[in-house]
Amino acid sequence: MTASSMPTTAQPALAARSSSGRWLRLIRGAPLHIAIVLICLIWITPTLGLLISSFRPANLVATTGWWEAFKTPIQFTLDNYKQVLTQQNMGPSFINSLMIAIPSTVIPIMIAAFAAYAFAWMEFPGRQTLFVIVVGLLVVPLQMTLIPVLQIYTGLHITGTFYGVWLAHAGYGLPFSIYLLRNFFGGLPRDMFESAYLDGATPFTAFFQLALPTSVPALASLGIFQFMWVWNDLLVALIYLGGTPSVAPMTLTIANLTNSLGQGWQLLTAAAFISMALPLVVFFSMQRYFVRGILAGSVKG
Amino acid sequence: MDRYVQLVLVLVGVPAALVGYIGLVEWVVQRLPDKRQPQVRPWLWIGPAVALLTFFLVYPVLNTVYLSLLNAKSTAFVGLVNYGYALTNGDMLLAMRNNVLWLVFFTGVTVALGLLIAVLTDRVPYEAVAKALIFLPMAISSVAAGVIWKFMYDYRPASQAQTGTLNAIVSSFGITPQPWLIQQPWNNGFLIFVGVWMMAGFAMVILSAGLKGISDEVLEAARVDGANEWAVFWQIKIPLLGSTIAVVTTTIVIAALKTFDIVYVMTSGNFGTDVVARRMIEELFSVRDYGRASAIAVILLLAIIPIMIINIQRFREQEAIR
Repeated sequence: MTASSMPTTAQPALAARSSSGRWLRLIRGAPLHIAIVLICLIWITPTLGLLISSFRPANLVATTGWWEAFKTPIQFTLDNYKQVLTQQNMGPSFINSLMIAIPSTVIPIMIAAFAAYAFAWMEFPGRQTLFVIVVGLLVVPLQMTLIPVLQIYTGLHITGTFYGVWLAHAGYGLPFSIYLLRNFFGGLPRDMFESAYLDGATPFTAFFQLALPTSVPALASLGIFQFMWVWNDLLVALIYLGGTPSVAPMTLTIANLTNSLGQGWQLLTAAAFISMALPLVVFFSMQRYFVRGILAGSVKG
Repeated sequence: MDRYVQLVLVLVGVPAALVGYIGLVEWVVQRLPDKRQPQVRPWLWIGPAVALLTFFLVYPVLNTVYLSLLNAKSTAFVGLVNYGYALTNGDMLLAMRNNVLWLVFFTGVTVALGLLIAVLTDRVPYEAVAKALIFLPMAISSVAAGVIWKFMYDYRPASQAQTGTLNAIVSSFGITPQPWLIQQPWNNGFLIFVGVWMMAGFAMVILSAGLKGISDEVLEAARVDGANEWAVFWQIKIPLLGSTIAVVTTTIVIAALKTFDIVYVMTSGNFGTDVVARRMIEELFSVRDYGRASAIAVILLLAIIPIMIINIQRFREQEAIR
């Protein structure tokens, strides 16, 4: 944004000569800029309104629009955040979201990495068929798996426990993780592995000392994708943790708050923003890996 | 504190166990005769993944198909009765109609808008900033997006000050404020727009990458031959983007068929906005009818199978090139 609005002082002579042409270009290009700015405004306004409302006192949120927040007297408060964190279960839920998301990211990626390496660099009968099954499983709707898994979980008494969701996310995250890593490993140069094997490397050392270190960007993208997927998941948490508020992640807690709080917008907006904070930090700090991960993972069921 | 102990144990224990497992596998395989080694090793490397996939995906899918043929408590075989219910019940028909709406409008608008934004931003110097803003909702959960947009659509009677952004804009033009999420059938459109808001960035980024991949020489050649920008776009860029558009479309079609979170959070399926995936959860938890819930899930799967086949074909084609 800043680059475009900076005056082009570097070439004054040229600018003076073509100033009429520049004006013409600017006017002809105006619809383009207006269209883009309008779309950007529509896209960012909802989030901005949420953020501003979350800092406004309850009585103002209930009676005036968020766009009036900067009219004097300006009144902002952290009370909403204090209240949702301590009284509406959002504090414990934040911890629960982390508790659920970290192992649910690490475990499937490790298991997938072993399998992906075998799919990419080991010959075995049925390799192609098995991998085609993995590609097919990518888009299986989770709804197809909920009832049988829930029945088994009930039998094992692990509904409402972290173990249950960790395992479930590990299972559900595998097809995509295997798919992505196998394609990445498969793209590594064959010579690299062959010369390593000539030097006496075993598949174990080739995997840990060659394949993994050279795949850090892919692993980062995959890790971010899987973490965000689990962090933002509602369905899996609802099914396997639904009845147990003490282990509920933020998505589940907020979904329940939308029913119980109704018009308590100052609290709902604060709760929603708490759940968005970490993804937004990840988004802004690791945008490239983030975008890559999301793009590659878009096919996941 | 118990749960933190759990977390540390899992974060240290499971990775250690997995590395230990592969270490053990190698230790065992090294002791086999040379000829046997490559035959045994791959199976042990894919073993944990195959076990998890079987337990969480393959077996449940088959079991759900079986359960869909049984009664509510899975105690007796009832044939296709549950499918009869799922395909004729009024609530289900409404949900399926809504899924068709999602399918057509969510997919159509998202792809078209993604393409439009990709084309527009391609021509301005602040492309990166604009794209980041549009992509940002991809970082937000559907639940948070539901809260954001429920607040945007908030409705107060015309006598009160409007706190919902949309109604404030509408009333500033002198139009009566509307309860957007209640008025049928348009409320589906307002829910679908939330989906568009979330996914347009995805379509934009992929299509933008596709656009940038088109070689300048081709475009220049067309321009030299006298084609205007409009013709260049429709007759050269769009055909060349064909496969990219197909990839984006299939992805969004899957999202449209599985729509759940947005509807669950924003209307709970009330006011004629229910969708198939939410009906399934309703049958599962409120009605407790495993047979019907399973049948609905199978219907979802059947709707997605064509895309599964397309994906597999696409994968085979890519493999043939490799």
